[in-house]
Parts: sequence; structure tokens; C-alpha cells
Amino acid sequence: MSKIKTSNNQEEVKAVSKKKRSPWVEVWRRLRQNKSAMFGLAIIGLLVFCAIFADLIAPYGIDDQDLRARFITPSRDYLFGTDNFGRDILSRIIYGSRVSLQVGFIAVGISALTGGALGAIAGFYGGRLDNVIMRFVDILLAIPGILLAISIVSALGPGLQNVMIAVGIGSIPSYARIVRASVLSLRDQEFVEAAKAVGANDFRIISKHIIPNSMAPIIVQATLGVAGAILSAAGLSFIGLGIQPPTPEWGSMLSSGRQYLRDYWHIATFPGLAIMITIFALNLLGDGLRDALDPRLKS
Amino acid sequence: MKDNKNLLEIKDLSIHYITDDGTVRAVEEMNLEIGVGETLGLVGETGAGKTTTALGIMNLVPNPPGKIIGGEIVFEGEDLVKKSQSELRKIRGNKISMIFQDPMTSLNPVMTVGDQIAEVVKLHQNVNAAEATERAMEMLEKVGIPGTRHKDFPHQFSGGMRQRVVIAIALACNPTLLIADEPTTALDVTIQAQVLDLMRNLKHEFNTSMIMITHDLGVVAEVCDKVAIMYAGNVIEYTDVKRLYTSPKHPYTIGLFGSIPDIESDESRLKPIKGLMPDPTNIPSGCPFHPRCPKAMDICSQRKPKNTEVEPGHFVKCLLFENTEK
Amino acid sequence: MQERLLEVRNLKKHFNTKKGLLHAVDGVNFFINKGETLGLVGESGCGKSTTGRVVLRLLEATDGEIIFEGKDILQFNKQQLREMRKEMQIVFQDPFASLNPRMSLSEIIAEPLVVNKVFSDKLEMQKRVKELMDTVGIAERLTNAYPHELDGGRRQRIGIARALALNPKFIVQDEPVSALDVSIQAQILNLMDDLQDEFGLTYLFISHDLSVVKHVSDRIAVMYLGKIVELSDYNSMFKNPLHPYTQALLSAIPVPRIDIKRERILLEGDVPSPINPPEGCRFYGRCQYRQEICRQKTPELRDMGNEKYVACHFTGDLRPASE
Repeated sequence: MSKIKTSNNQEEVKAVSKKKRSPWVEVWRRLRQNKSAMFGLAIIGLLVFCAIFADLIAPYGIDDQDLRARFITPSRDYLFGTDNFGRDILSRIIYGSRVSLQVGFIAVGISALTGGALGAIAGFYGGRLDNVIMRFVDILLAIPGILLAISIVSALGPGLQNVMIAVGIGSIPSYARIVRASVLSLRDQEFVEAAKAVGANDFRIISKHIIPNSMAPIIVQATLGVAGAILSAAGLSFIGLGIQPPTPEWGSMLSSGRQYLRDYWHIATFPGLAIMITIFALNLLGDGLRDALDPRLKS
Repeated sequence: MKDNKNLLEIKDLSIHYITDDGTVRAVEEMNLEIGVGETLGLVGETGAGKTTTALGIMNLVPNPPGKIIGGEIVFEGEDLVKKSQSELRKIRGNKISMIFQDPMTSLNPVMTVGDQIAEVVKLHQNVNAAEATERAMEMLEKVGIPGTRHKDFPHQFSGGMRQRVVIAIALACNPTLLIADEPTTALDVTIQAQVLDLMRNLKHEFNTSMIMITHDLGVVAEVCDKVAIMYAGNVIEYTDVKRLYTSPKHPYTIGLFGSIPDIESDESRLKPIKGLMPDPTNIPSGCPFHPRCPKAMDICSQRKPKNTEVEPGHFVKCLLFENTEK
Repeated sequence: MQERLLEVRNLKKHFNTKKGLLHAVDGVNFFINKGETLGLVGESGCGKSTTGRVVLRLLEATDGEIIFEGKDILQFNKQQLREMRKEMQIVFQDPFASLNPRMSLSEIIAEPLVVNKVFSDKLEMQKRVKELMDTVGIAERLTNAYPHELDGGRRQRIGIARALALNPKFIVQDEPVSALDVSIQAQILNLMDDLQDEFGLTYLFISHDLSVVKHVSDRIAVMYLGKIVELSDYNSMFKNPLHPYTQALLSAIPVPRIDIKRERILLEGDVPSPINPPEGCRFYGRCQYRQEICRQKTPELRDMGNEKYVACHFTGDLRPASE
């Protein structure tokens, strides 16, 4: 038996001690080298921090109205100024990050899970099932996203939960297509065949072999998707169909500040900036992740 | 070997890749020469530096990370290393041309094969479109494809036919040197036999010199005059085909022969080389082959072997032979 | 008389394509004795890999019988199929594509054990994984490494360990060394040889490389366009090939020697398309001995004695084509 063993153990030590990392650790290593992606990640980290510790950070409460302090331009007491009810805009933006992140992540969660499952099933089984699912997806795709969201919200009524559902449904098609495409390419890989050969059932093959290997495009799409979802939710709120006041939501803050834009620029500007920076950061991170996950760049 | 004029002389050529993980010494102090009409086989396993050598001759090593660190590549009396890219462009595809391994990816899928051949001709020769097309048809006939098919696209040809088209492109300008990088590896044996036969005939017809890069010692025996065996960037043995096959000297060469199942004899077990190719960023000290060498001595890990001429025209880089010199 | 482990009768696998019915495997017959290696050679597209997969029911056969230990596995239900999977395994060609890049080496080797619930105790299973790694010569410290950290040779060893995990009787080797460098190829071939002796394995060894096939096989079957054209023990195959295609194939191999110069038979043209192949001998268009009957009638695999089978109308009596 001993003759079968590899003769060179020292070499193996070298080969492994040099790098012993799972594929995800390598993605993280590559991502870290990307400055703009790390910048994006830092901003998102800050935002998540704000959302979690809003109660501690925010200098004022959400609804603390001070009618004597209406329309105050940015000053030491009110860094971003106050709005028409004398509410501190900075505090409302900090609390608003909760709503925006919630909408972003949950809406993406809904679409990624539903779309991903549909795509995986369609791609793995093919044939008639594939046809039925993908035509349904095509129908969804034929309706403009914002129009679909507006119709869903009008049907279900405004409110946080319904906005998340509306925005989530709108982006199901893109996930379904991405996952289906990557499942199609993975389905015929030899490691999937190897799993079949040892008797693995379909559920195991999909969950253990196909999904983990199609994560990369989903992660990229989801990161960019969070940005899209936040923007859509803000848009819905802006036209009054989304989250209703007095809940501090960036889109509705922007909307209510609009009428004072000429005299009090700060009311609309800061929520707008908050939206812009968040989207920007998510896009930087998404692009960085795309590069880090791209196997063609793997050394 | 010395008396005919050398078309290409490579002297002390070193090519390194500078990467995040360290410096890869892809080619180390290489010395080779090729006479007019001669075929040199460049043999080695994955990562031995064969393809880098080929790219180095064309000065096409991707830079960064690759860089020609030192040495000369004297082609028709001129050093290619010192030439500017625009001067080199006149040589590439014209006097030196290259055939790649994969006939699927080395042809442009949206251009007809005739246009692809004509393009090279127009680039290097002062001809008009009609003459170039005529030349393209002529070249197709030469490689055994009816000239009338020049309006066909690559996907309309089989793998073997595509490699013929690639050969036609490579030979369209009558190059004096042809570098073939594993030209038949992607092909089936019966097709490989056809293509090798074709290359041999065309080489005689055009009196082209050739560098044949391959891992297949069988292919070398069939088409080459001289052979250089590469290991971890070094040419470890260099001689004419007859000597190499009748009396290989370097333990690695001997190991390679022991690893191939020989169709002409009945051996029950192969005699493989132990261990693995070294990590290119971490080549063993001294002789790079010493950890795998069955004849390694203490000194092998300490000192790099010099290129030793064990008999006239037979060079070996191995410490076993250094003291036997003269 | 040796015991037959596997027998394939009139096996067919057709694929529906846009251009028509692709006859990938078209009436293949062979058997493999216990403990021996049958080499299956042919050029790309001849159906050799498809045959290997159909035999393991990784692809469903269109027609025919596959008798494994006396039972036709094509009639098996799901439960029987699961049991069968433990007996019949496969090693793949591409050591890069055949290992899931997101799983560590121990997870990959353990997968057959997990799927078939062989061990209830986790430690027991880890012990078995270690034992398998040792068997194929992979250092224990690589347990948690990922495939991308390994070279082709080591990956192929992992693929072999996975195939061995359930103690199979029969392994399909689908071009297991084609993607490897020669020095590594020799190590893997020797390893498989040792494993065969140690565990009494039976191999179906699929390859396009005749030198390798000759080295490992007891008997060899040559395939051309979905059909076996010649089947015999390796000695008579190489010393006395009877089918014109086998003769051409053998003569086309470049031999790493300069003292032996062999007569080369250069075939004309390419392998024709396996889609809707015409009646008659599949080799007709490229054969230098073709006669009128070859175009009209498909030659059957005939027993020439001494377990040698040839599918040619003119076996032993080849005359140049009269055109």
C-alpha cells in the first residue's frame, strides 16, 4: 500500500501553507484590494450602524416637533436644519435609513428567493416546466417595473409592507433569468454528474452543487438590486403611494421638502443626498463584487 | 549542426513574470539555435515555459506582468529584443508566424476564412484585394481545402479543417520561421496524422524552419530534427532527435520516456517521475529538478547546473555530467 | 470460464437534435469479466463517453440491455438504482470540472457516504475519508483544502477517492488521464493499477489514446460512429488488427521512438456526422477497401474465434477499392 502514497510530503506542506482559503475567503481578499468597493462598503456599514443605533445617535426623536424652530437652515443645533414642522432633518434621515434599508433588503430578499427558485427549477428540469415559468417571467418583464409597482401598491394599499412586496415582485424576472442561465451551464458540469452517480437526489444536487456555484451573479445582482429597490421605494413614496408620513422615509421627505425648495433648500436636499450616496455606495460595492467574483480574474 | 547558417539564435534568454505571489522565472538562460529549414522540438510539461519562449521570440510576452530580463534573440542577424513594436509588427505574421493549439479560438468566427488569409497577405505584401483573395484560395488548396470554400465561415469546417486554415494563414506570407504551439493536441489521432503530414510537406516545399512546441514525444520523433527538453524554465537537455531517443542523458528526460506507455513493447508498469511540477513562484534551489530526481546528490540542492556539452552537439544541464566535461 | 460482471446487449442511445436523430450509440455489444479492464477507444464523437454514461444510467438508454451481476439495470426502479450506484462508479476526464469548487476535499470525498447514509457517526465517517485519502495518496493536511488549490494530478486522485468511497465493484474511467501531464499521467495510471489489484475492481477504461488503452486493458473495443468495429484482447488487437479503421488508427499514433518506422495509413476526410447516418458500413466513406456491399449492408460484429470480434464484410480478405 505504501508504494501508492505520494512521495513528496514537503511539497504538499509548501503548497498548502502558502494559501489555505475557501473560495469565499479569496473573494474577500480580492474585494479588499478594490478601493472604491471598500469605500462603498464603508458607507453601507455606516448606514447599517445608523439604522441599528438610530435611537442612540439621533440628536432628536423622529417626531419631536418644535414649532418655534421651523425652517431653520443648517446650524450647530440642527446640522441639516429643520423642516416645516420643526423636526430635525438629520435625525429623520438617520431614522429613515432603517426604513430604506429594510425596504431594500426585504424587497431584494423576496425577489431573489422567488426569482432564484423559479429560475433554478426552470433551468434544472427544463422542458415544459421551463417554458411555463419563463413565459410567466416574460409577462412580468413586459410590464414596466414602476408601473407594476404602482399597480400593486394601488391594489394592496400604501404602507411599508406593501411597498416591499410591490418592489420585490417587480424584480423577480431578472433573478429568475440569471439563476436559470447559470443553472443551465452548471447542470451539465461533471461534478453534478458525479453527484448523480453516487445517488444524490435532485434536492441535494440543486442545494449543494448548483446554488452555491451560481451565488456569484446573484450576489452582484442583489447588491445592485438593493440600490434599485431603495430608489423605487423612494419613488413610490415621492408620488405618495409608498410609506406614509409621518414615518421618516427619504422619498417622502424629499417629496414634502419639494414645495419649499425655493426658500428652504435644505429640506429636500439632504434626503436627496442620502438617497444618492446610498445608491452610489451600493453600486460601487456591486461592481467591486462583480470583479472579485469573476472567475476569469482568478489567478 | 554548426556548418549551416543559423536562422535564429537564442542566447541567454531570461523571461520573468512579476506577480503578486512572487517572481515566476518562466524562462531561464535559454540557449538555442535553429538552422534554415530545420525543425526544433520544444518539449515540456505544463508550466515548463514552452509557450513563454514562443511568445518571447515574437516579443509578445504580456507586459506587465511578463518581461524579458536579459539575453538576445538573433533572427536573420538582428536582435529582436532591441526592436521596436512597429518594427516587430512587420516581422510577425510575415517572417515569423505562429500556429496556436486551439483552432476554435484562433479564427475569427464572423469572418470568412478567405478574408482571414487575405487580411494577413494585405497587411504584409503590397497587393490589391483581388490578388490577396487569389493568394488565399491558393493557400487553401495548398493545405488541402478546395479554394472555392474561401467564402465559408470557420464554423462550417471541422476541427482538423480549421487547423488547416490556421496553417494556411500562418504560411500565407512565406515565413522563414513557423512557431507551432501544440498544433495537433486538440485533434483526433487520425486527423493529427493528416495535419502532421501536411505540415511536413509544406515545410519542405517552403523550406521553412519550425519550432514545434509539444508535450508529445511521439510527435517530436516524427517531425523534428532537434529537440530541447524544458523543465521549470530551463532547457535541461538539447540535442538532435537521434541522440535524444537513443541515449537520453538527463534524469528528467529519462523519466519522461519512462512515463509514456510504449505501444511497441509490453511493460506491465510505468516508471513515473515521483512528485509534482514545482510551484513556479517557488522553484527549488540549485537544480530545479533535484527534489524529484532519482539520482540527486547533495550538491544538487546547492548549485545550479551549468549547460554542459557531454558530446558534440549534446547539451545537458545536470551536475552528474559537469565533471565529465573534457 | 471467467465470470461476467457486466454485459451490454444491443445498447442504443439516440439524441433528438434540431438537425435530426443523433445516433450516439447504435447497437453496441460487449461484456466485461470480473477483475479485468476493457478499453474503449475511439475518436471524439464516436460515442464512447455516452456509452460509459448509459452503462451507469447517468443517461437513459434508448434501447438494449445492461446486465450487471445477472440483472438488467435498465429495468431497475429508483430504490434498486440507488443500491446499484454503490456498485458502479465513474471517474471523469476533467479534474477541474468534476470537483465542486465550493466544497472542500473532505466534503467531496464524503459526499457518497453522506448521500447514502453509510455512517451515522460523524467521526466514523471522517475516519473513512482519511482512509480514502491515504489510499489515493493525498496528504491528510489537505482535508480542508479546496479543489482550486490543487494541481490536476491531485484533483484526479480526489475524483478517484470519491469513486472508491462506497466500495464499488465496477468503475467507468472516462478519459481519466487525458487532461494530465505525462509524468503525472503515469502516476495516476499506476495508482489505478494498484487499486484494481487491491480491491479487485473491474474497469471500463474509455480513452482516445491508444497507447494508454493498450497499457491498461486486458481487452480492447474500438468504436467508430456509435458502433464497435473491433473487439479483441489487446495483444491480437495490436499485432493483428483486422478492421481497416483499427489499422488506420493504430498506424496514426506517433511513436516516441526513432528506431521503428511504421507504415502509415492516412485516412481521407473527417468522421461523418452521426445524425441520421445512412445504411451500410459507417466507415464506408473513408475506407480504402470499400466495395459495393459496404454501402448497402451494415456489417455485424462477427466472432472470428479466440474472443475476437470484427464488424467488416471483408475481414481477412481486404482488397483495394475498385473505383
